[in-house]
Amino acid sequence: MRYFVTIAYEPTVWSDADEATRQRYHQEHLTFHDAVKERAHLVAGEALAGPETATTLRHRDGSPVLTEGPFAESTEVVGGFYLVDADDLDTMTELCALLPKAYSLEIRPVVRVEGFEER
Amino acid sequence: MSRPEHGRGQGPAGPAPQTALEEAFREHWGRLLALLVAQFRRLDLAEDGLGEAFESAARHWPAEGVPVNPAAWLLTAARRRVLDRLRAEAVAARKEPLLVVDAQTRHDAAAVMADPGGLLADERLRLVFLCAHPSLAPESAAALSLRLVIGVPTSDIARLFLVPEPTMAARLTRTKRRLAATGAPFTVPPDGPARDARVGVVTSVAYLAFTAGYAPGTGPDVTRTALAGEAIRLTRVLREVLPGQPALDALLALMLLQHSRRDARVGPDGLPVLLPDQDRGRWRHDEIAEALGLLEPLARRPVDGVAGEYLLQALIAAEHAIAPTAADTQWHRIAARYAELEELTGSPVVRLNRAVAVAESEGPAAGLALLDGLEDHLPHSHRLPAVRAELLSRAGDRDGADAAYGAALELCGNDAERALLEARRNALDAMGAGPVESARDPQP
Repeated sequence: MRYFVTIAYEPTVWSDADEATRQRYHQEHLTFHDAVKERAHLVAGEALAGPETATTLRHRDGSPVLTEGPFAESTEVVGGFYLVDADDLDTMTELCALLPKAYSLEIRPVVRVEGFEER
Repeated sequence: MSRPEHGRGQGPAGPAPQTALEEAFREHWGRLLALLVAQFRRLDLAEDGLGEAFESAARHWPAEGVPVNPAAWLLTAARRRVLDRLRAEAVAARKEPLLVVDAQTRHDAAAVMADPGGLLADERLRLVFLCAHPSLAPESAAALSLRLVIGVPTSDIARLFLVPEPTMAARLTRTKRRLAATGAPFTVPPDGPARDARVGVVTSVAYLAFTAGYAPGTGPDVTRTALAGEAIRLTRVLREVLPGQPALDALLALMLLQHSRRDARVGPDGLPVLLPDQDRGRWRHDEIAEALGLLEPLARRPVDGVAGEYLLQALIAAEHAIAPTAADTQWHRIAARYAELEELTGSPVVRLNRAVAVAESEGPAAGLALLDGLEDHLPHSHRLPAVRAELLSRAGDRDGADAAYGAALELCGNDAERALLEARRNALDAMGAGPVESARDPQP
């Protein structure tokens, strides 16, 4: 199965982290990458620029309208994602448990939408 | 949903086929369901197919006689039904998500021959871990475990959890689909801390199913108390497939002790009867004896963690169970157990119970001292002011007790308990030293 993992955290998790903590987070991501290489397959994964750089597009009266900032005002922000092929949810949760403990991770299966497979 | 879920009490069955059917249901439901899930990877089809196989047995066995190997008969019938449904779905081009089941397990399950005397592989452990998957809401896991592991009808599960049957049916359907859609595997977690954690979830799910039967509801609670007995049946199955787990042994003992008092807990007027006032002759002493037998080996060695919590709770319940009369209760031993339990859990509710036990063994002042500061942790509990009121009353502080009863009544939403509090408050003028309010059944 293919899983999309949304990484969210309080903005201060990275901004207020000292150098040693940042190093530890990096190391935990590397551990995650190694474990995924061994037990699953990493399709994609990126870190996102801060929520202040987000542009949201919605339609109003039929026209696209841009607003500054992310979808929802919440204390946690989306900071990155992983796309992983794994056998099952248990494998996925065990792998994700290796990421920094300050994160909230939303693990969701990806569904194939018919007609879009070969594009 | 009008689909009958098993053949209980249906058809013009003579006593022998009917007995055989009930026995087959108790013996084989979980095993057969697990095998069907392993083979077809569909919880819904496995459940429906097996349910229909039992219905078919209820029609055929009385006329044709009970088959030599009832389990094999049922497996063959259920497989046929599932295959029919799969063909119908293929025609309708419907696509349901399949459970993650490894190829070997699928192969083994499909190869189980329905020949008489052939051994049926027991895949119930996989089913147990799947139904109590940690990604499920605990209540959904409890409902699904009752339905799939031991075959409790949806209507009974709905009554247990105080929801309308269609609501429960929808919740079960959603939960089954969710397990497949999220890729929760039909597997036994590997030995080690991960497995231990999963056993902990399985245990707490069973206890949740049990406590649901004792949660205050509206209307007559008698049936729901009986349904708590199904959680005991579930726990017995869990002990069968997960032997040597102190948490499950302690949990079964705890459930048996609490359940053994069910006939004495409600008076003829429908009002709850407090523990000291219960007719101990109406307790189920065979169940108490079984529980004490379970506890005996556990109490001799140190048990910690979750198992320790269940064990201490069971040992406390056992102290009540072995006291010939309320006056014989060894409150100092109960107080000591509560102190251990509080150390283990840090729970303010445990501290409240400990205060009651200490008041019983050392007097109201010692109990009141333990209540200090608990309001911050239990701001919505009516039991806290109710206990305070009783202890103040015993200590001779009539006005303090009156005020505390007022606070308790403001927080209490259950009619039967309110009536009891009112009565106690009105009795304050007499200032007799009654039993402490919360020396009642410490059941959840």
